[in-house]
Amino acid sequence: MIELTGVTFTHDGAPAPVLRDVNVRIDEGELVLVAGRTGSGKSTLLGTLNGLTPHFTGGTMSGQVVVDGRSVRDHTPRELADLVGYVGQDPLAGFVTDVVEDELAYGMEQLGIDPQTMRRRVEETLDLLGIADLRRRALRTLSGGQQQRVAVGSVLTMHPRVLVLDEPTSALDPTAAEEVLSTLARLVDDLGLTVVLAEHRMERVIPFADRLVVVEDGSVRSGDPRDLLRDAPVAPPLVELGRLLAWDPLPLSVREARRAARGIDLPAPTEHPEPSAVPLLTARGITVTYGSKVAVREVDLDVPAGRVVTLMGRNGSGKSSLLWAIQGSGKRASGRVDVDGVDPKGSSPAQARALVGLVPQTAADLLYLESVALECAAADQQADAAAGTCRDLLDRFAPGVPDDRHPRDLSEGQRLALVLAIVLTSSPRVVALDEPTRGLDYPGKERLAEVLRHLAAEGHGVVLATHDVEFVAEVADDAVVMAEGEVVSRGAAAHVLAESPAFAPQVTKVLGPDWLTVGSVAEALA
Amino acid sequence: MTPRDLHPAAWWMWALGLAAAASSTTNPFLLVLIILAACLVVIARRTEALWALSFRLYLYLAALVVLIRVLFRVVFGGVPDTVVLVQLPQIPLPDVVAGVQLLGPVTRADVLGGLYDGLRLAAIILCVGAANTLANPKRLLKSLPPALYEAGTAVIVSLSLFPQLAESVGRVRRARHLRGDAARGVGRLRRIVVPVMEDALDRSLYLAAGMDARGYGRTGTATVKERRLTGLFLLAGLIGLCVGVYGLLDATAPRALAWPFVGLGVLLAVIGFVSAGRRVQRTRYRPDPWRLAELVTVACGVAAAALVMTADVGVTYPSLDVLPQVSVPVLVAVMIGVVPAFVTPPPVLEATR
Repeated sequence: MIELTGVTFTHDGAPAPVLRDVNVRIDEGELVLVAGRTGSGKSTLLGTLNGLTPHFTGGTMSGQVVVDGRSVRDHTPRELADLVGYVGQDPLAGFVTDVVEDELAYGMEQLGIDPQTMRRRVEETLDLLGIADLRRRALRTLSGGQQQRVAVGSVLTMHPRVLVLDEPTSALDPTAAEEVLSTLARLVDDLGLTVVLAEHRMERVIPFADRLVVVEDGSVRSGDPRDLLRDAPVAPPLVELGRLLAWDPLPLSVREARRAARGIDLPAPTEHPEPSAVPLLTARGITVTYGSKVAVREVDLDVPAGRVVTLMGRNGSGKSSLLWAIQGSGKRASGRVDVDGVDPKGSSPAQARALVGLVPQTAADLLYLESVALECAAADQQADAAAGTCRDLLDRFAPGVPDDRHPRDLSEGQRLALVLAIVLTSSPRVVALDEPTRGLDYPGKERLAEVLRHLAAEGHGVVLATHDVEFVAEVADDAVVMAEGEVVSRGAAAHVLAESPAFAPQVTKVLGPDWLTVGSVAEALA
Repeated sequence: MTPRDLHPAAWWMWALGLAAAASSTTNPFLLVLIILAACLVVIARRTEALWALSFRLYLYLAALVVLIRVLFRVVFGGVPDTVVLVQLPQIPLPDVVAGVQLLGPVTRADVLGGLYDGLRLAAIILCVGAANTLANPKRLLKSLPPALYEAGTAVIVSLSLFPQLAESVGRVRRARHLRGDAARGVGRLRRIVVPVMEDALDRSLYLAAGMDARGYGRTGTATVKERRLTGLFLLAGLIGLCVGVYGLLDATAPRALAWPFVGLGVLLAVIGFVSAGRRVQRTRYRPDPWRLAELVTVACGVAAAALVMTADVGVTYPSLDVLPQVSVPVLVAVMIGVVPAFVTPPPVLEATR
């Protein structure tokens, strides 16, 4: 179905190629997962399948990409639209119209399909994706999972043979991600569609994947997931566990791993001293309203010094609103916050920043200067800190970021580190982070977890909102689960995670509630 | 009648007909009747969609226009009349602005003149408002001829970009509080503008890539020669229209330049559009049908306009010192204007948000 032969691609002005001599063959009806570290060229590789690379991005490409007999070299993306459906990372930004039904029909209108067929296909697609009840809804009012399904539907109506998706679930909570992925799996089963998708959270996709394509420093290997995962640079926790316990064959789904784990005898988990619970930030009865909508309803939150607290819950359950409210610059209808006896809401912005530092969801919003050095200098000046404070912090989190680099050219992890450094320059007592793991690969997340543990060990209180359960298992001491703006459960992270079927990490599902991470298993075995 | 949404163009033509009727009279009774007619149709046929809730704003605007118009006449009055309503002290002005009178006696002619003028403007505003309330603006753009499809898409995309831009400004403003607030003036502005512009640019590129991947702008089968011919027709049509409009508006220009050139321009432009549209291989999803109800609605608008325009000048432009009269033809005109409230199919009332 898809054949790449000797593909090499170089961005304009780049010293080295992003993709080097890539040879991949994908058969019809396969679900293919493209994995690799951030910036390894996954998106570029996906782009070559419908000609966005190089027709849209520019750059130099050699080699041959043939999709269903059509060469991408001689066809522009719009000429391949009826063959390859492409869904980008942010569905909302890619919508052309404003109502679900029109969006589904848009591609067909471009292809000039006759109205009768259009009408029929729209109805079929609505049913296939289970979004028939949303047909007249405005796209902006849909939830993340619904938007992603509409985006898939909007290319499906063109009846493509290949579906290409760039990180379809990275912004979604576990349940919504499940929805989208099971839809994709059904499309492969029912329609024989060839699906190629890139995804950081491999644990979600691996069980469905027929083939794995690993992109590593421009070179590409492809093959059976079980073989490739033995030494792939990125691997989900389940595979890490399999590698650690030398299971053969490697388990790809929780069910397989449970079978492999039967009869295994593990020593008791190493006990860790509980970090102190001296309260640092106490919030009582926090309520946040937007008009008549109640985003957070009478929530109490404690962030002790030296502990990492995570807020979990669906998209839109009020996690972000709560973080902004306790920082003091967000809205708060009622309730009070106490950090060292002071409420950030009543104090000056500078004072509030010294109490609670917040890294927002789109961290790049804080950056506006041309180079890393300028950003750091500005941060020192704004916080009245000694010159070089911010740069030192940055070197701790992400060593070796060049001074003259433009912040937009940094990798996702480096940019997050820079913003974290800027926020910490005001030396806040409590650090709050909103969805910090977005766009980070496994090594990037490990690095972030280390940084957060360090901050806690230094006596900071750390609170973060996320729906990345594996990351929570790695880093959190306490967990708070929110739904509809209210707290539904709270307690030690291990208990909260193990109790919930939606939030249990893979290792817990396999080995039982005593185990959260591969790291704890390795530690007990050592 | 089975509920369905009337073609947006039909509502616009009906409303423009009423507006034309309103613009060719200053008779206050007639204007109030036209306003009532427009309101009645809106109440009978509006949907619950977002744009349909804006009619109230048009009502406020219309009232404000009448008020300002009358106030303006009172302050800068000076229309001599036998009946003086209130004697205000006149404020003397320097000779430079001779001819302008500030305050002074407020005459009946001042107040009535302002009222009639204001009512006329208010009626036109309300007619346009009625069209806007009854017709989905986006569906109107979708009904553009195929040759204008690209332009229509650009308008739709930019319309949906505005809320996104506002959202991104709000987000960046909030984020700004998380860093120091030292910068003032330009520095402060830059802190908001730079991230917002970067965001907007990213989104635009992203959208462009998405549209490209979904087949936007797949060229038709036209040859270079056909394309040039189409361009030529459109350009000639445009020039013809310009000359014609000039001829119409300039009373000293030869009459041969007026209507004949307008007609020629329109004809050439239509040929151009048809030829441009023919090579576009694009179809439309669920286009709004054009049926009898649409025809009747348009006819009502046109008939109302024609009846008022041809009515007795004494009725349509009453003098300020007698009680204005209404005649049978203009009453019939207003009654025809109300007809769409009863003969059009009721709209599909379904929550669209």
